[in-house]
Amino acid sequence: MWRSCLRLQDWGRRLLKWPPGDPTASARLGPAPQSPARAYAPPTERKRFYQNVSITQGEGGFEINLDHRKLKTPQAKLFTVPSEALAIAVATEWDSQHDTIKFYTMHLTTLCNTSLDNPTQRSKDQLIWAAVKFLDTDTICYRVEEPETLVELQKNEWDPIIEWAEKRYGMEIGSSTSIMGPNIPAKTREVLVSHLASYNMWALQGIEFVMAQLKSMVLTLGLIDLRLTVEQAVLLSRLEEEYQIQKWGSIEWAHDYELQELRARTAAGTLFVHLCSENTTVKHKLLQE
Amino acid sequence: MAALGSPGRTLRGLLRELRYLNAATGRPYRDTAAYRYLMKAFRAHRVRKPHWVTSEKLCRAQHELHFQAATYLCLLRSVREHLALHQEFHGKGERSVEESAGLVGLQLPSQPGGKGWEP
Repeated sequence: MWRSCLRLQDWGRRLLKWPPGDPTASARLGPAPQSPARAYAPPTERKRFYQNVSITQGEGGFEINLDHRKLKTPQAKLFTVPSEALAIAVATEWDSQHDTIKFYTMHLTTLCNTSLDNPTQRSKDQLIWAAVKFLDTDTICYRVEEPETLVELQKNEWDPIIEWAEKRYGMEIGSSTSIMGPNIPAKTREVLVSHLASYNMWALQGIEFVMAQLKSMVLTLGLIDLRLTVEQAVLLSRLEEEYQIQKWGSIEWAHDYELQELRARTAAGTLFVHLCSENTTVKHKLLQE
Repeated sequence: MAALGSPGRTLRGLLRELRYLNAATGRPYRDTAAYRYLMKAFRAHRVRKPHWVTSEKLCRAQHELHFQAATYLCLLRSVREHLALHQEFHGKGERSVEESAGLVGLQLPSQPGGKGWEP
C-alpha cells in the first residue's frame, strides 16, 4: 500500500513541476527541481563544442572536420559533398555559429543531410512526378479578378515570366482565374519530366525545396535558368502580400521576418541546385587568358 | 536578364558579410577558406568587368559565377537579418510566473515555511 502512495506522489509532483531536462526525476523522491518551475522551457541548445572547422577531400568527395572529428549526418553516415564550393559554404555555416548551434539557420547543411540520408526514401521518378504535379497549383497561374490594381500588377509581373518559360521550354502553361486552376496539357508535363530528368538526385532535392518555399514551379525554373535573382523570385512569389504591405504597412516582426527566412531558404536551395549540377568546365577556363 | 548589378558590388558585399561572420570569433576574415575560394574564383574568371564588355565564350561562365556569388550573398545577408529579427522579437522565451504577475501589478506571496506539499 505504501508503494501506491509513493507512485501517486511521484505523478503529482510530475504534473505540478516538470524540471527541464531531468530524466531521473521520477526515480528520486527527495530533491526539489533545480531550476525555477516554468510551464514551457525550450529544449536545451547544443553549445558550440569545436574550435576549428576545416575541409578535407576523401574518396566520395569533400568532408567537413569539426576540430579533428568528421561531421556525420543525422543517420550517422559520413558527410560528403561532391563540390568543393558547397563544402566551403557548409563549413562557413558551421563556423558562423557562436555559443549555441542554431540549426534553423544552417540551410545548406540541412539540404545536404536530406540528400545524403533521403529519409523519405523517394526515388528520382517520385521526386520528378511530385515536381510536375506542382504545376497544377502553381502560384503565378492563379489570378484574382478584383481589385483592379492587383489584377494589373499580377498581369504585368507574372505574365512575362510565364511567357519566358513557355518560350524557353516550348510548352503551354497559361493562367486562369477559376478555382480549378490552369489546364496543363500532357505535352507540357512530358517536356518538364524530360527536362527534370537531366538533373541528379541532389539537384532534384534542391529543386523540390525551392519549389516548396516559393509555391511555384515556374519561378523555380526561372531561378535555375538564371532568369531571376533570388530577391526577384521571392518578390514575385509574395506579390499579393507585398501589394497589401504597400497599402496597409509592414509589420516588422511578421512580414520582414518571413521575408528574410524565405529569402534565406530560397537562396540556399538555388545555390545547392547550381553547385550540385555544375560540371568541371571551371578548370579549363583558367588557362585561356 | 537577371538584374544582378555589377560584380564589384557583389564581391564587396560578400567580403562585408564574411567580415561580420568572423568579427565575433576575432579571427581575420582573410584566413577563412571561403575568402580564399571567392578571391580565387573571381580572379580566375576575371569577373571584374560586366558581362557585356567581355567576349562571348567566357561570358556565360562568368555570368554563372556572378549569379552564384550573388545568390550566396543573398543567403548570408538574409540569414544574418533573420537571426537578428529572431533575437529581437522571438528570442525571449516565456515569462516567469513572477514576471507574469508583475504585468498586472500583483506580487507572488512569500511563504516562509515553503509551500505545503514541498518537502
